[in-house]
Order: sequence, then structure tokens, then C-alpha cells
Amino acid sequence: MNTELIGVIATFLITVALAIPFGKYIARVFKGEKTLLDFLAPLETRILKLCGIDPGRQMNWKQHLLALLAINMLWFVYAFIMLLTQGSLFLNPDGNPSMSPDLSFNTAISFMVNCNLQHYSGETGLTYLTQLAVITFLQFVSAATGIAALIVVFNAMREKATEGLGNFFDIFLKSLTRILLPVSFILAIILVFNGTPAGFEGKDTITTLQGDTVQVSRGPAAGMIAIKHLGTNGGGWFGANSAHPLENPNYLTNMVEMIAQVLIPIALIFAMGFYLNRKKMAYVIFGVMTLGMLTLLIPTLIAESNGNPAIAHMGISQATGSMEGKEVRFGPKASAYWSIVTTVISTGSVNSMHDSSMPVSGTMQLLGMMTNAFYGGCGVGILNYYIFIIIAVFISGLMVGRTPEFLGRKIEAREMKIATLIALLHPFLILVGTAISSFVYTKDPSVGWLNNPGYHGFSEMLYEYTSSAANNGSGFEGLGDNNWFWNITTGFVLILGRFLPIIGPVAIAGILANKKYVPESAGTLRTDTGTFGIMTYAVIMIIAALAFFPALVLGPLAEYFNLYHV
Amino acid sequence: MKTYLLPSLKLTGILILICSVIYPLLVYLVSLATPGHGNGNKLMENGVVIGYENIGQKFTDERYFQGRPSAVDYNAAGSAGSNKGPSNAEYLAGVKARIDTFLIHNPGIQAADIPADLVTASGSGLDPNISVQAARVQIARIAKLRGKSEKELNALVDRMIEHPLLGLFGPEKINVLKLNIALTKI
Repeated sequence: MNTELIGVIATFLITVALAIPFGKYIARVFKGEKTLLDFLAPLETRILKLCGIDPGRQMNWKQHLLALLAINMLWFVYAFIMLLTQGSLFLNPDGNPSMSPDLSFNTAISFMVNCNLQHYSGETGLTYLTQLAVITFLQFVSAATGIAALIVVFNAMREKATEGLGNFFDIFLKSLTRILLPVSFILAIILVFNGTPAGFEGKDTITTLQGDTVQVSRGPAAGMIAIKHLGTNGGGWFGANSAHPLENPNYLTNMVEMIAQVLIPIALIFAMGFYLNRKKMAYVIFGVMTLGMLTLLIPTLIAESNGNPAIAHMGISQATGSMEGKEVRFGPKASAYWSIVTTVISTGSVNSMHDSSMPVSGTMQLLGMMTNAFYGGCGVGILNYYIFIIIAVFISGLMVGRTPEFLGRKIEAREMKIATLIALLHPFLILVGTAISSFVYTKDPSVGWLNNPGYHGFSEMLYEYTSSAANNGSGFEGLGDNNWFWNITTGFVLILGRFLPIIGPVAIAGILANKKYVPESAGTLRTDTGTFGIMTYAVIMIIAALAFFPALVLGPLAEYFNLYHV
Repeated sequence: MKTYLLPSLKLTGILILICSVIYPLLVYLVSLATPGHGNGNKLMENGVVIGYENIGQKFTDERYFQGRPSAVDYNAAGSAGSNKGPSNAEYLAGVKARIDTFLIHNPGIQAADIPADLVTASGSGLDPNISVQAARVQIARIAKLRGKSEKELNALVDRMIEHPLLGLFGPEKINVLKLNIALTKI
């Protein structure tokens, strides 16, 4: 049992130990300094030239956003058409059918926005062609989109920032060639040597030891599983995601996949420190985010290790903790850690079924997505956190009677309006969605969405919209979500929950960069201190509590009191 | 936005080639060097495939060690957990029924000896493992049905324990399929 806890602690420490040098590397890549992979430069130049892009052409923040939205729109159209016709295309050894229009709509959006909500099961819902040419492709480029948007904000935060904030396509391409592709390749190699398939053969049919005939789904999964984690995407090759023994064969791969999904979010924090030469600020942000993650992790670890009280009541041994929906090779502690990591970061891959987690864990998983800023997704995590920094600067400025400034630029009404709108958009999408679905369900329970009655059923709906708005992608998977209601409504929540929180911070940073730089003085409110860190933490928690407490009470908290105190 | 569409289209084409053709093919080529040649690790007996090392199998025959309950009945054409919530009354009744069934088929065993993993469904429905205690608690039944001594089977289970990674990380466990293959040989 202790080895389970040591496994979790070691996983986290290894992640941080790797993230610091990796963050330094990322900063060097985008500063244009010498790195190990510079031999790729001619290839990148050639690709950009082929596309008619001049990497030296600087873009302002509006041009960056236009380029980002244009290329994303193309991906959506491409993915939608592919999914709609996959049944009649090649590389389909299992003979899987095409997707319905509403499911194609949802899936194309979901992968374009880095969410990876899956209203299908990989074994029957996709072909090898779409797994590679749509899913894997979008997992790479959506992660690169997030990184590129963040680098634009970094550029705007520099002291001498001007209109020109780099070239979007150049930054985007480098995110792929210098970061995502090489590291994914290494991860994929580790996976294949541990038994994850990478071949193109279709389903296998075998006779078991006892004499039954069963089929085994396979496919070129390893490469996809690598980027699924590295890019904080989370959509699994198989229906059971990383609980599946081919997708995550043993404790080593489990550690590797857990490290891979947190690596870039943490590395980007340190990258900011190196890039802007503000290391202290990076450490403070890392500290706040880690504190936030631990606030959610510790109750989850305890709840899962203690097991289900209703099952304890039946007199059996729960020495190994709560096991429903969990795999023996990971155990409840690594499953608890994964469930928090995957929700604070917007990965959304799972190695245990969250629907069967204890109510406390369910609350913490939901809070991870509701705050959505503790490490957060590939690039977008820091963008979310940036919004909270702006709000915290403004509030602290008012509290101590100083002009609110961030990195030498005054925060004024326009920036605050954008920040507030983005901060409120998240609860708005989640709560309105959940309210509508609860209304529809109550009017006509024969729609039959829910896999569990009562409070837990409500949690299933709350979780689905929270996961969509946070672009997370995990689910209380008992929810019957492959129908037009869920496909369409979550589709729209996904788009809004992705692009507005990118547009907002980029706009704020762009506007601030155009303001006069005021050097820091004794009168400046310092934003790289522990005090300011605590302030940001409080802002995040207070906004989450005010917005979501009533919904949490109706769902997992009610279930908790029902389960433990009857 | 129009000025960005054509470059975006070209870039998308090139990236599909890199991310969806070249990258998976490279991974595939490397996988040919692995024991399973990129198609999963199979267990062979006398030249016949009995199963995949990592994919759990259904054992209804009482003379075998049994694995965990599965929401997909160990049909690896799909995969899923039960997704039952912890307070779901119907689910809890199901767990109780599994405990009662186990006690009937394993006379002499107390409820307190049954570990939770033996009566709860796994996340994938294909969990190849059980806890060590889940194997021990079945020994009396199997010893009786197969006419072996409990001591012999305990020694077998000891031999089949898979230890934590490097002895440090993660739980102890037993691969049910490998255990049963070893069982048929003693």
C-alpha cells in the first residue's frame, strides 16, 4: 500500500524535475537561441516557403487571432467531412460505419478544440484512417494552437513589446517540430515496448484458455496515445481510454502517461520565467498552481483509499480501497492522482471511471475543471490563469490604494471588462447547460440519459457541461450522450469554451503591450511575491465557490451526505 | 481572414502528411522490433495463441482462478466500466449478490476475507489482474476441485505475484491468465 503512495509522489517529483529543463528548452526555441534540434530549421523554412508564409512578417494581436481562427475553421470542415464518410473510405479493417451528422459535428469540434469529449467508443466509432488522419492530426495541431497563443501573450508581456508579436504560423509550426513531434515519438516508443499496439491489423479472434471465442480490438494506437497525453488532449484509442490494458499496459506506462500529460503545462510556467526573465514570478505561479492541485488531490486520495462505506457495510475487505471502475495494476492511489491531474489540466484521459469515484473525489474532479487554471491545458492553462492575475491585480490595487499595474502596464476598464467576461463565461456555460438539460430530463425522463438515479444522475449532467466548457473531455461516462441534444449543445459549449478564453487573454495582452511601459518603482504592487500568489489563489477559489457551490450541493455533496450519514 | 486561408490550407495538407502518415509509420517500424511486433503481446502454448498477456479473460469454470467482474463480459472487441455511482442502490444490491454467490461457491470463507476487487467491475472490463488476496481466497475451492493441496497452490500464488515496479512503485498484483496457465501445469 505504501508503494502506491510512493509511486504517486515519485511521479509528481519526476514531472517537475523534467519540466524545469524542458521549460528552459521551450524558452530557447521561441527566443531563437541555439538548441539541439536546430538541424530541423531548413525543413521548417521549406515548409513555410511551400505554404507561401514569410516567417519574418510580424503580426499584431488581431492578425494572430485571425490566423488562428482561419486555420481552425479549415480543420473543422475537414474533420467533419472525414468522420461523416469514414465508413466508405480506406483503412477500415473492422468495417466500422460512418458517423451520424450530429456525432461528426460534436467529434470534429471536440478534437479541434483540444477537448476530446468522446460520444463514441474508439473500437466501433472510428476507422484506422480517421483515428490517424483526423484524431491524431487534431491532437497535434490543437495542442500547437494552444502553445502558439500562449507564446503570443508571452511576446506581448515583454518589456519592449510593440505591435509586432511574432508570426503565428512560424510559432505554431515550431511548437510541432521542436516540441510535440519529437517528444511524442519518444513516448510512443516507450509504449510499444510495453505492449501497446502500433500495427495496422484489424481485430484478432482468439480462443481463450477456457475455450471461449473472443475478439480483441487493436490498431496503430501507440503514436496517438503519446500525443493524446503530451498535448493534454485525452481522447482515447479504445473506449475505456487509459484504463484499457493495451492503451496503458502497466504501472510504468501509467507513470509515463501521467508525467507526459503534466509535462508541458508545468514546463510552460518555467518557460515563461526564462522567456521574460522573470523567474521569481514563474516560481510563484508554479507554487500557487501546485497548492491548488494539492487542495484537490489530498481529499481525493483519502476518499479513494478508504473505499466505499456502503460496501464496507457488507463486511468485505477494502484493504485496496475503492475498486469499482479501477484497474488492479494502478490501484486507487494512482487512479486518484490521475483523476485530479487529468481534470486540473485539460487532458480528460482517464485510467479509472470517474462516474464510479467516491462523491468527494467527484467534487474535486469537478472543481479541477471549474477552476481550470491549476497548471491547465497545453498553453491555455496559463491563459486562464492570466485572466485571474488581471482580476487579482485589480482587486489588490483597490485594496491597497495603488494603481493596478501588471508587468509595467496599467490595467484599466477595458481590460477588466474582458477579464470579467471571460471569468464569468465559464460558469455561465456550465450552469445554463446543466439547467437546460435538467429541465429537459425532468419534463421527459424517458429520454433515458442517466445511468444512475438521484443526486448522482444530476452530477452526470453537471460533469458533462463542466468538462465541455473546460475543454477537458473526461466524463461521467454513464451518461447516454450520443444523441442530438448532447452532441449539439456540448458542441456549442466546446467552441465558446475554447476560443473566447483564447481571444480574451490575447486581446488583453495585445492592448496592454500598446500602452506606455512604466518602469517598476516603490509604488508598484509587486506581482511576483507570495502574498500576491495567495491573493490569486483566493480569487480563483472565491469565484469558483460563488459560482458553483449551489450546483455542487445538488450533486456530489448531497450524494456524500446521503452515503456517509444515513 | 481571407489572406490566411490559402497558407492555412497548404500548411494543413503538409501537417497531415507529417502527423498522420510519417509519424505513425515511424512508430510502426520501431514496433516491429518489439516482442509482439506491434500487435500486442500474445501468450502461446504449444504453438497456439491462448490470449493476450494484458487482456483479461473470462473464467466461469470453477476449477480456474476467476478474475474481476466485467461490464463488457471480457469481450475485448469493446471496453467499458460499469459507470455505476457509489450510492446507486441497484449497483450496491449487485455487489451484495456477488458476495453471496462467492460465499456459496467457496464454503468456509468469511465475507471479511473477500477483497473488494473481486466483487467490483474494473475500469476497462478487461482487467487482466487481481490482488494477491483475491487469489488466496479462491485457493480452498480450487484445491478441492482439482485434488491439490492448499500448500501447493499457495506456493504457486507466491510464485506468480508481480511485484511493484522496481520494488518501489505501485501495487502488488497477479495476472489471472498466467496464473491459470501455470495452474494447468501442476
